[in-house]
This record gives sequence, C-alpha cells and structure tokens, in this order.
Amino acid sequence: MTLTLAGQPLPSRLFLGTGGLPHVSLVEPVLEAAAPALVTVSIRRTSSVADGGLLAALRQAGVRLLPNTAGCLSAREAVLTAELAREALGTDWVKLEVIGDEVSLLPDVVELLDAAEQLVRRGFTVLPYTTDDPVVARRLVDLGCAAVMPLGSPIGSGLGVLNPHAIEAVRTAVDVPVVLDAGVGTASDAALAMELGCDAVLAATAVTRADDPVAMARALRLAVEAGRLARRAGRVPRRAAARASSPVSGRIA
Amino acid sequence: MTITMTMNGEDLTVEAATLADLLALRLDDPRPHGVAVAVNEEVVPRGDWSRRPLADGDVVEVVTAVQGG
Repeated sequence: MTLTLAGQPLPSRLFLGTGGLPHVSLVEPVLEAAAPALVTVSIRRTSSVADGGLLAALRQAGVRLLPNTAGCLSAREAVLTAELAREALGTDWVKLEVIGDEVSLLPDVVELLDAAEQLVRRGFTVLPYTTDDPVVARRLVDLGCAAVMPLGSPIGSGLGVLNPHAIEAVRTAVDVPVVLDAGVGTASDAALAMELGCDAVLAATAVTRADDPVAMARALRLAVEAGRLARRAGRVPRRAAARASSPVSGRIA
Repeated sequence: MTITMTMNGEDLTVEAATLADLLALRLDDPRPHGVAVAVNEEVVPRGDWSRRPLADGDVVEVVTAVQGG
C-alpha cells in the first residue's frame, strides 16, 4: 500500500538526506539507487548562486524536496527558516528540527512544540524531528503535524534503533505516518525500524558517508522494502525455548 | 543613498535604496533561482524586492538550499 502523507501519495518509504555527500556528482546515481520519496535539504546563507549545483541536480531528478530547519536552536529561528524555505523552494512542507544544543543535537521539545504550533497555523505541512517519546509525539499530532519523525539514536551516530520499544510505543500512540529519523547506520537498522511499524525511514549520513554511497543507497531501499514486508507478514512470537520445525514422529530408532 | 546595514551577519555600508539594489551589488546573479530573502526577520517575496526600501540598521538574510539531512 502506498504511503500517503498530508494527502499526498509518496512513491517510496525511504526519505533521503543529502548532507555529507562528498560531491554533487553523486546526487544522480544515489537518487537512482535509493529511489527516495523525498530528499531533504538545509537552508543556509549564500552570497552567490554557485553553491555546487545541488538544487539543479535535485530539480533535474524531479524528486520532491523537503527543506529542514537543521541547526535551529529556538522556535523563532525555526519559523523564520521554514518561511525562507517556503519562499526559496516553493513548498510548504518542512522537516522541523529544533535542537537543544550542538553537542547532543537532541530535539528541544519545548521549542519544537512552540514552532510546530506556529508553523501549522501559518499553513505549513509540518514533519517534526522528535524524541522517541510517545507523549511528545501525541502532542505534536494534536497540534496538527502531518507526521512524526522520532530518532532511533543521535543524528549521525549510526547507532541504529536504540530503544525499539519506544519506537513501537510512538507507532501505537499516533495515527499519522511515523518516520524513523536519525541514527540509521546500515540496512538492518532501516529494516528493524520498518518491522517495528514505522511507515518510512529517513537516512542521510548512512548513505552519504558510506564508503560506497550508491551501494548503500540501494541497500537501504531494499531494507525498507524488506522490513515493510516482514511487518505485514507478521513475525513469529519470540520463545524462550526451542521448538522443532521438523516432525517429531517417524524418526528412525 | 548610502546606508549602513547588515547582510548575512556582515556589516555593510552600501549605496542601495531598495532590496533589489542591494542584491544587484552583492550577488553574482541579482535574480537568483532558489534564493529567499528576509529583512528584519520578515520574508520579502521575490516579486517585492524592487519595491522594498532599505534603511539604516536593517538586517538582511539571503539564503538558499544546501546539502542537509
């Protein structure tokens, strides 16, 4: 079944970040390998238009852009960044990030809730990067967020899903798409997130800083599909004891 | 008209009556694609750049999309 977000059907369940890609020439092959539903970009000061041709490469690929508010430490900064992104890129979708400090890069949920409320009121489709806390997730949805994006582990850490139970609890708590964001290090992390019930996975560092970004892009694409299939297939319950899969009767004496 | 203002965190003294004048002075391309501008924390739509007057003390931010996660 196709993932629908804010009424828009999306072509896949992998969202891709471009941060850390060693060269713009990798954008095209990575996008082809990942086939992402969305590609995230950041908004930064510029004094020229020759900033590497990233936008041109993304536009040529025809992929939907999701600007983020990465690096913002307050609701005020995040709201202005989102407004600038809407003007620059012509989209009212925003990945809302408000971090508490530049060491942990963890979400500041007080500022996050404030910014989410303001942006929803201003007509944005808000996809907040948040903690793996089901109570905060529910608050964000109550404010009108179109999805929630809980972290698996800190941004760029590659530690995977550190608290699978919390991610499952977020999934149970809300009725909007849940996108596992941050912490994916390799394919198995993305598969696990999908097996836990996430609707999509966002990965940036895992791809862009892999030894072979194109191969990892394909690996994550397959992992997201595999994890989704496994979730729908219904895994066997875990048991403490062994249970023979071969017949017990008819064995030779 | 000479004004003293701040663009992207840099203090400038420039001959600019409007936002469009400033961008023509400071950017490689005065009508760049994929760029947004705010003056004193208010976004100024592209179509209003030539009508937006600048004054002493204005704080201008000029941004574009870059790689990000």
